[in-house]
Amino acid sequence: MSESAAEPLLSIRDLRVEFETDAAAVAAVRGIDVSIAAGETVALVGESGSGKSVTAMSVMRLTEGRIAAGSIQFQGRDLAHVPEAEMRSIRGGQIGMIFQEPMTSLNPVFSIGQQIEEVLRLHQQLSAPAARTQALELLQRVGISAPARRIAQYPHELSGGMKQRVMLAMAIACRPRLLIADEPTTALDVTIQAQIMELLRSLQREFGMAVLLITHDLGVVAHFAERVLVMYAGKIVEQGSVRDVFKRASHPYTQALLAALPDPQNPRKRLAAIPGRVPSPAMLPPGCAFCARCAHAFEPCPVRQPPLFAVGEGHHAACFLRE
Amino acid sequence: MSVPVGPAPAIEALAAPHADAEALGIAETPAQQLWRTFRKDRLAMLGLYALCTLLAVALIGHLLTSWWVLFDPTTVRLPDKLLPPFSTASSALSAELMPPFHAYPFGTDELGRNVFARMLQGAFVSLSVGIVAVSISLGIGITVGGLAGFYGERKLGPLSIDSLLMRFTDVVLCFPTFFLILTVVALLPPSIYNIMIVIGITSWMSTARFVRAEFLALREQDFVTAAKALGLSEGRIIFRHMMPNAMAPVLVSATINVAHAILTESALSFLGFGVRPPYATWGNILADGRSYIFDAPWLFLIPGAAILLVVLAFNLVGEGLRDALNPKLRKRVG
Repeated sequence: MSESAAEPLLSIRDLRVEFETDAAAVAAVRGIDVSIAAGETVALVGESGSGKSVTAMSVMRLTEGRIAAGSIQFQGRDLAHVPEAEMRSIRGGQIGMIFQEPMTSLNPVFSIGQQIEEVLRLHQQLSAPAARTQALELLQRVGISAPARRIAQYPHELSGGMKQRVMLAMAIACRPRLLIADEPTTALDVTIQAQIMELLRSLQREFGMAVLLITHDLGVVAHFAERVLVMYAGKIVEQGSVRDVFKRASHPYTQALLAALPDPQNPRKRLAAIPGRVPSPAMLPPGCAFCARCAHAFEPCPVRQPPLFAVGEGHHAACFLRE
Repeated sequence: MSVPVGPAPAIEALAAPHADAEALGIAETPAQQLWRTFRKDRLAMLGLYALCTLLAVALIGHLLTSWWVLFDPTTVRLPDKLLPPFSTASSALSAELMPPFHAYPFGTDELGRNVFARMLQGAFVSLSVGIVAVSISLGIGITVGGLAGFYGERKLGPLSIDSLLMRFTDVVLCFPTFFLILTVVALLPPSIYNIMIVIGITSWMSTARFVRAEFLALREQDFVTAAKALGLSEGRIIFRHMMPNAMAPVLVSATINVAHAILTESALSFLGFGVRPPYATWGNILADGRSYIFDAPWLFLIPGAAILLVVLAFNLVGEGLRDALNPKLRKRVG
């Protein structure tokens, strides 16, 4: 549990990220709090456009939007305000990141060895032979067979799963304290997904990394994460341990998401869908962003923003039903 | 085939037998792939052979003409003036004036200078002007295009960097380049270096446009974000990670630009604005030969043919490269 640790590894407070448009600044993330303890796995779930990737990119300070308010405390520094040079040494050094599209996340003109060695030489000032030796070890660690042969290969010669393994090798090359995995398995086959998640889990144990897992795959969350944060329209609507959130979903949005999962016992049942669509971030209601699609909406919902109400031990939901 | 090199024996042991990698046709570097496709284009290969020969001739010629006294292209032999190609030197010449092997393979000009020696000297001038000028233009073009493409959206006052740089490019593109060069060269002391620089700084615009277009597309690629997430600096991302990916069209246009630069230099020398006369270039050999079109046609035919050949060879190689770098074509051929 994050609260039990004296000082969380990563602590995002009231983060607000805005994008400039022709009309006005539009907020993709509207004041969220996230804290991750060392070694913990936290999943950030939500549908496309809910702001989960923007949150992740903000931690790396690579978002194209502007961090308008809030702080991102990481090991005693506020990542929202550290100088760019220091940020560069944190990226890839203390925070690693892997992406959704392994197919295009590697540079096509360099061999995978060159790309891994570059990270090692940059952050750890290794000599070329030392970097090569360590790159071979990393490739072997992420389960690439015959690393001495693979290391000279180019990305187009590898399969998607292997590329994601290479991305992982690069992300963990400098033993980061935090790994951000932005939909790491979305672009992969189901069988490969399981292998990659298993690998991620074993690497996490070995290196004692915390993992911020961005996904919309609730199955992956249930399997892999300890805590889960549900985002909707730039706000966290529910958070708690995976067990609590899956067993006692307290926000109507989370309930609807879980109801939309296919039921393996009854495969012919029609899948439930949430009516309506995510509101555009430029036209959010003053109250709860979900109220237009919510079956339980009542008087305060459209006019007042619901704060997070405690519904259990470390389990919160932003819904007036839980007041 | 690139064989991976394991630094330590323990690591080497991790390697599976290399045989299956080769059987699958993998482990081919992009350069090898390019060469494999390029080789199948006969015309381009012909151009490449011609260029290699010419380069060798120019280098050897440069050494010969600067170190071998008998081969000195400035030696005047008035008794032997305007001799046709393959004629032998008259025995009246003193030993120190006698051309090598007593022969003039390309004849002599109106001062009895050995045209073969002059052509050799000119080959070096033409090629070095072409290559140096294009290197300068590539340097400027890649920098301008790269900055415009990568930092395009950043504002500098009311304008974005992109519009600032690209409008500047458009302005330079509007100048009638050749007359600009003529003016500049007329004002500067006539030296081969000035000509290289002037040609270079008036021919970078197409490169800048190509590079910018490539960068606009590359900037959005995931591997650029991934490189940022690994903590690489922007300079490293631009020059080490994005540039090689943008090189294909640049390489093609550079090859063809070399041909242009050689033509420009020849034209300048022909007009008398190029390299100072005692020093031979193909352009001024051609210019000298102009007065003897009917009496000594080899004086303009030989440099003219040489210019034609070089420009043609560069263009053929450029087109071959363009085809080889085109991924759609590559798949079909490979």
